[in-house]
Amino acid sequence: MLTAENLPRPPYKTYHEWYASQDAAHLIRKTQDAENIFRKTGITFAVYGHADSSEKLIPFDIIPRIISAREWRKLAQGIEQRVLALNAFLDDIYHKQEIIKAGRIPRALIERNVTFLPEMIGFKPPGGVYTHIVGTDIVRTGEDQFYVLEDNARTPSGVSYMLENRETMMQMFPELFTLNKVQRVEDYPRLLRQSLASLAPPGCKGRPRVAVLTPGIFNSAYYEHSFLADQMGVELVEGADLRVIDGRVKMRTTRGYEAIDVLYRRVDDDFLDPMTFRADSALGIPGIMDVYRAGNITIANAPGTGICDDKAIYSYMPEIVEFYTGRKALLENVPTWRCSEPDSLKYVLEHIEELVVKEVHGSGGYGMLVGPTASKKERTDFAEKLAARPDNYIAQPTLALSTVPIFVNKGIAPRHVDLRPYVLVSDKVKIIPGGLTRVALKQGSLVVNSSQGGGTKDTWVLED
Amino acid sequence: MLGRTANGLYWMFRYIERAENIARLVDAGLRVSLTRAGSSDEDWHGVLESAGVREAYSEVHAELTAADAIDYLLRDTSNPSSVMSCIEFGRNNARMVRTALTRETWEATNECWIDLKARLSRKLKQTDLPELIDVIKHRCGLIRGAFHGSMLRNDLYNFSRIGTFIERADNTSRILDVKYYVLLPAISQVGSKLDNYQWESILRSVSAHRSYGWVYDGEYQSANIADFLILKVQMPRSLAYCYEKIVSNLGYLGETYGEQVKAHETAAAIHSTLKRGSISDIMDHGLHEFLEDFVSRNNQLSAEISEGYRFYQ
Repeated sequence: MLTAENLPRPPYKTYHEWYASQDAAHLIRKTQDAENIFRKTGITFAVYGHADSSEKLIPFDIIPRIISAREWRKLAQGIEQRVLALNAFLDDIYHKQEIIKAGRIPRALIERNVTFLPEMIGFKPPGGVYTHIVGTDIVRTGEDQFYVLEDNARTPSGVSYMLENRETMMQMFPELFTLNKVQRVEDYPRLLRQSLASLAPPGCKGRPRVAVLTPGIFNSAYYEHSFLADQMGVELVEGADLRVIDGRVKMRTTRGYEAIDVLYRRVDDDFLDPMTFRADSALGIPGIMDVYRAGNITIANAPGTGICDDKAIYSYMPEIVEFYTGRKALLENVPTWRCSEPDSLKYVLEHIEELVVKEVHGSGGYGMLVGPTASKKERTDFAEKLAARPDNYIAQPTLALSTVPIFVNKGIAPRHVDLRPYVLVSDKVKIIPGGLTRVALKQGSLVVNSSQGGGTKDTWVLED
Repeated sequence: MLGRTANGLYWMFRYIERAENIARLVDAGLRVSLTRAGSSDEDWHGVLESAGVREAYSEVHAELTAADAIDYLLRDTSNPSSVMSCIEFGRNNARMVRTALTRETWEATNECWIDLKARLSRKLKQTDLPELIDVIKHRCGLIRGAFHGSMLRNDLYNFSRIGTFIERADNTSRILDVKYYVLLPAISQVGSKLDNYQWESILRSVSAHRSYGWVYDGEYQSANIADFLILKVQMPRSLAYCYEKIVSNLGYLGETYGEQVKAHETAAAIHSTLKRGSISDIMDHGLHEFLEDFVSRNNQLSAEISEGYRFYQ
């Protein structure tokens, strides 16, 4: 919020004045109010492996993170370029594979990747869109220095928090929205539905029927699944509600079976179709891949997009962007060592105390080592795992992440954050101005994941 | 709409209705124990019986005491019909059908659960009971109010309403039946002091001790009370009222879906018995037999609705 001279950075100016006029006890009360709002709305998530904590709240911080219109435009251009490149990349690897032929990416990295689905080879999804919804994770290290941390092209979660955080802020501090001109995020569900419906499959006659597929009430993100279905005004379905009949995916309604045209699935590829992928999956729909290939259903995001979330593929993103857009990437990648390469592995093992080491298929902050904060034993243990399976890991430097203020009982304190804007892809790319800001609530911590004690805050993009 | 959603809504509203009815039963039981000299713990027999849990109670508790009975009815989660269990089931169903509920309805349900879970987590003291029962009725009322004020009048609404009234009809008929054969002496004895408190407690269990006075000039008579709870369509917990609502909601479903299912026929038949029947006929043929038959037909209707509208879990 403040510059080196202890003055508010320009986008925070109005907020800073307002904050200075507030009574601390009042703000502490507001923090409690916010928690009550979240609890009563049922905005909860589940942490796996905790028997008694089936429903937890993500801590919410009442100070918004504020981004100027200028900063946002710069980010949005970079994100759009990246998302278009991802779609072109997916189309290429499942068709002509020109990027491999050009020698820009090793063939083995694609074809031996567990997230690469041979079932998708030669198939073009409706509208040619693979990644209908993307949540690009971005971190900032300086005034004009942004890095993309992850692309999240498979099933980015957290958008319900973006919406509920805004809702909560407007309920608690309506005056702030009169003082500041904040761009709207509320249109997201409507835009999502439009975007999904516009990519209905060729077999759809009439108004496309959209549904959200959830693994069920015990999934950690169930609240979000039900929230999105409700906000879009579409059915929330589970695998057991669906069946393939006469070449269509149909749901069991009170009036018999009725066809679905577009399925926004929050179930992983592996579990989507027990006849094609994991046979033991009880979450999927047997035969849905046949319906998909026959052009009778749209699956969003398309199966096989998960390869973009592979952290080894990530390390090639600068090449990927340049290869498909013909321009240098506007947003930078974090420098990444691919441990599969002997020189890199050697470097990583020698500098493990400075680096963050991640599994290539890991997510949610699990299976990673933060070198600088890990104990000696943790580092030694991790180094062993790394040496045993180098191609399962990548390493990155710890960045000097920017901080934003959060509200604590003693006033304000700096904490590290990241930012996940949400992107909708149809025949156009639409980036919602805002996103989810995740905060590492522990002083000095760099891990923002909600499963690891992170919190969230509202994210404002100001109008010009 | 998914058959699973219809099933979830139907049961959500059955459980919310049941929670409220159990609270009323406990309220009536407390009232009797406070106002009747020489009342004993044994009076809770009838309450447990009306709640349909007397046998289950005796499996958990060797003796019958007021405190244990109240605990069992309000907070024991090993009792599937306790208020806590009902609210828990109701809220779980609501969470499952979250997309079918308006935000207001969901929040009222979720807040009801949060509040009651906190209040019912500790042992109850007798002094807390009146407030607690008020809170239960109040919370259930808020759910109903949010539901009425905000839900679209479509098939979702109809399934929810049908759940409410099937449950309510079941509860009212059980209350009457239990009191009838446990407490009712020969009809000639009606009018004694003993009967007055028994009948008043019946009326209290359905929150009708005041409205009864308006309709029947205040005098307690067994035939009038039976008439009020079975045939009076103005009385919102009577069997006749419940069936008016069930028939009209099934009627809307039939119209919307353009088809009649077996449940339409069954509901119409039960409705017509209630519409045409007279209380003297019912008493002559045996109130107990009438009620027993009603409970079983009501259950049959519930099963036919599940089948006709393809409910599943």
